[in-house]
Amino acid sequence: MTTLVNGHFARLENATRRFGETVALDDVTLTIGGGELVGLLGPNGAGKSTMLSLLQGRRRPSSGTVELFGGNPTDPRRRARLGSTPQETALPDTLRVSEVVDLVAAHFPDRVPTDALADEFGFADLLRRQCGALSGGQKRRIAVALAFVGRPQLVLLDEPTTGLDVDARHALWQGIRRHHAAGTTIVVTSHYLEEIEALAERVIVIDNGVVLADDSLAAVRDRVDSAVIEFATDSPDAARALPGVVRDEWAGERLRLTVDDPDAFVRSLVRADVPFSGLTVRGASLEEAFLALTLSDRSAS
Amino acid sequence: MSTPTRTTATAESTPLATVAALPLYAMHVRMLVIETLRVPIAVIGTMAFPALSLLFFVVPNRAVADDPVFATQAVASLAVFAVMVSALFNLGLTVAENREKPWDPYLRSLPLPAAVRISAQLTATAVFSFLSIVPVLVVGALATEASVSAVGLIAGLVVLALTSIPFLLIGAAIGYAFSSKAAIAIIQVGMFGFAFGGGLFFPPQFFPEWLELLSRFFPSRHARELTLAAVEGTTPELWMLAGALAWTVLTAALALWLYRRDEGRRYR
Repeated sequence: MTTLVNGHFARLENATRRFGETVALDDVTLTIGGGELVGLLGPNGAGKSTMLSLLQGRRRPSSGTVELFGGNPTDPRRRARLGSTPQETALPDTLRVSEVVDLVAAHFPDRVPTDALADEFGFADLLRRQCGALSGGQKRRIAVALAFVGRPQLVLLDEPTTGLDVDARHALWQGIRRHHAAGTTIVVTSHYLEEIEALAERVIVIDNGVVLADDSLAAVRDRVDSAVIEFATDSPDAARALPGVVRDEWAGERLRLTVDDPDAFVRSLVRADVPFSGLTVRGASLEEAFLALTLSDRSAS
Repeated sequence: MSTPTRTTATAESTPLATVAALPLYAMHVRMLVIETLRVPIAVIGTMAFPALSLLFFVVPNRAVADDPVFATQAVASLAVFAVMVSALFNLGLTVAENREKPWDPYLRSLPLPAAVRISAQLTATAVFSFLSIVPVLVVGALATEASVSAVGLIAGLVVLALTSIPFLLIGAAIGYAFSSKAAIAIIQVGMFGFAFGGGLFFPPQFFPEWLELLSRFFPSRHARELTLAAVEGTTPELWMLAGALAWTVLTAALALWLYRRDEGRRYR
């Protein structure tokens, strides 16, 4: 069978997807192999959901190819071993929770019984409720559970813990780890670094539709370890010219620099005798880290 | 793709194992009907409209209402109208609205064949479309001289059901092709075009010759003539059958194509 011969569950090859003028996904090539737990990390609008929608066969690539279990994901049969969760809390308001579970389960030859699923994801007390009456967190838990109801081999989780409190988030992470340990291949998207760090073994960083990094968690974490330094100065050009600066801008009267190594930068700032006052250092936010990653990649190449 | 040689393969080794289409179709129909029943107001609106048309336009016109032949034709025409309006509106609008919600894209990520989803939507809507005939028949029976034999009534309902399929498919096609706001406008214009052109409001025997000829290409005309033929026990003409069949096949192909081409209204 093609699936096993090729040894991968999903593959994008030079996949590009445009929406009008916007390029949501730009020439992406990557492979998801059996047994992996992949984190897909990127800010909102980076192209994560577009990538998932291509793998789910909901959209076609503008160019390039997308493969799921060795075939075209727009063929419904290819999706028989795929589990997904809707990004928004999309459950139909008027249906009861048990009805939604039954509806989704009806698409799969080997389903998890409703009670077992509800126990596992902690919504046994909600089965008789109409979805419209649920809180955001409750809907989110049920939406994630739906991805597992058909005993899939590959699960795509799009922002699974958005809107959950800390306890619920950790419970869900445990559930995801448990399914992975039991042999399910999982791709989880998030714009929280913390979530990806807690779950993933392999991390794919994506922004503006481009894959910036595709590596082990440790390797990627090192690369996004940048900081933002702010200070007032009379000679901004000298500061900008120092090594390790990946981005500079003005924040009012102060110069704001994104640097890949804050300690080394401050040392060279002092050594170069650049005048400064009121210096502050903070860890880069994820988006700033992404930016650092993009720009350092460009300067390196 | 090579065929697995072991017929005893487990689910683990057959990634393409899928469920049978019929139970899946039944499940979708059931959930769509439940959804509608829990918020029935939209259906009630389209159910009242054709019966009110009969009450205001036909009943006061005693030349028609008191003539058994004309009255029966008018009731049958408005029954066709009732089913058509309900099919176009309920299906077209529901499909267009659902495409704008995130649940529909989610269903598309499931192993759900296009034909199963479309036929389930058609069936669920048809149930309510058919209910909208009831008020028309009640008003027709009580307030006009329209009459029909038991056999004629049953035959008429069966034919009406079959000839309403193109309207369901047109509704679905409009829903898949347009946003809900555009769909409302298109359905309203199309609905009255079909109603007048097909002789549902004004009998085609009073049409000028060119309009009568044009009318023979309208699915509403085919539905009217075939339903009347069934009610009155006359033999339908070939153009009616051919027209209805052609519209059914073409609209089915169109709806299927539009469904497969559709990628929802959400970008990202």
